[in-house]
Amino acid sequence: MKAAVLVFPGSNCDRGLAMAFQSAGFKVEMVWHKDAELPAGVDIVGVPGGFSFGDYLRSGAIAARSPIVGALMAHVRKGGHAIGICNGFQVLLETGLLPGALMCNAGIRFICKPVELEVATASCDFTKDYARGSTVIFPVAHRDGNYQATEEIRTALAAEDRIAFRYKSDINGSVDRIAGILSENRRVLGLMPHPERAADPVLGMTDGAVLFDACSAAAAAADA
Amino acid sequence: MKVRAVIKLKAGVLDPQGEAIRHALGTLGFDGVEDVRQGKIIELDLAEPDAQRAEAEVQQMCEALLANTVIESYEVELP
Repeated sequence: MKAAVLVFPGSNCDRGLAMAFQSAGFKVEMVWHKDAELPAGVDIVGVPGGFSFGDYLRSGAIAARSPIVGALMAHVRKGGHAIGICNGFQVLLETGLLPGALMCNAGIRFICKPVELEVATASCDFTKDYARGSTVIFPVAHRDGNYQATEEIRTALAAEDRIAFRYKSDINGSVDRIAGILSENRRVLGLMPHPERAADPVLGMTDGAVLFDACSAAAAAADA
Repeated sequence: MKVRAVIKLKAGVLDPQGEAIRHALGTLGFDGVEDVRQGKIIELDLAEPDAQRAEAEVQQMCEALLANTVIESYEVELP
């Protein structure tokens, strides 16, 4: 089982994400943004948090146009899994792999704290080992986490059960308290909170480990 | 040719930064500011001498990168 973690100038959650994948049993390769190909045999691509390209222009906008993203798009088109966390979620939205946009928090403050999330669907390879409707705690650390989408997109996300996580209380102005969403084929997850920062007892929180273990089980099943 | 792309949040999209600016103006005694919308101006110096073609090119740039058309609108201003 292999995971690739993309690295952009300004990524700062890349090694944490790699450790979470490793703990779940993945072999991890770090992939630089200028590479045009992913390593052979990658099951899942992780797009990490941070401030890629200094968040210039818009969060994630420059990273979404880098060479490795072409390979990421091809991986997803073939049915591969991908997860974008925080800045990685912003990158996935900028590529169009997920719908909507993230803008400045309604309170204009950087928010850095553990938050309670509702697992809004358990019908995907990422969240299948949580109980639907259960509460998990992941940390958030963002200024641009205010999820916005047109009425049409919001209706589709709800109707197709593609809202993966919701904030239990409104922290940043996101429509429908959306914290994370799935692609149409349910194999791409983007979320603002950091499951990789809640994936080891040493971090004080372990709810996130369930998500990485579930990814690992899905990859093992696919490899078998 | 110098061309400007003016990028704004779409009408109806809440602008937290504009709201903070409005609040700060009120603190400074500028009363009666009912709404503030902020955005960005990107100035491009293009080799293209033809205004129509330059405008079309910058529109493409806005669609591809300069604006996020989910939440932002843009206008291209020629000299």
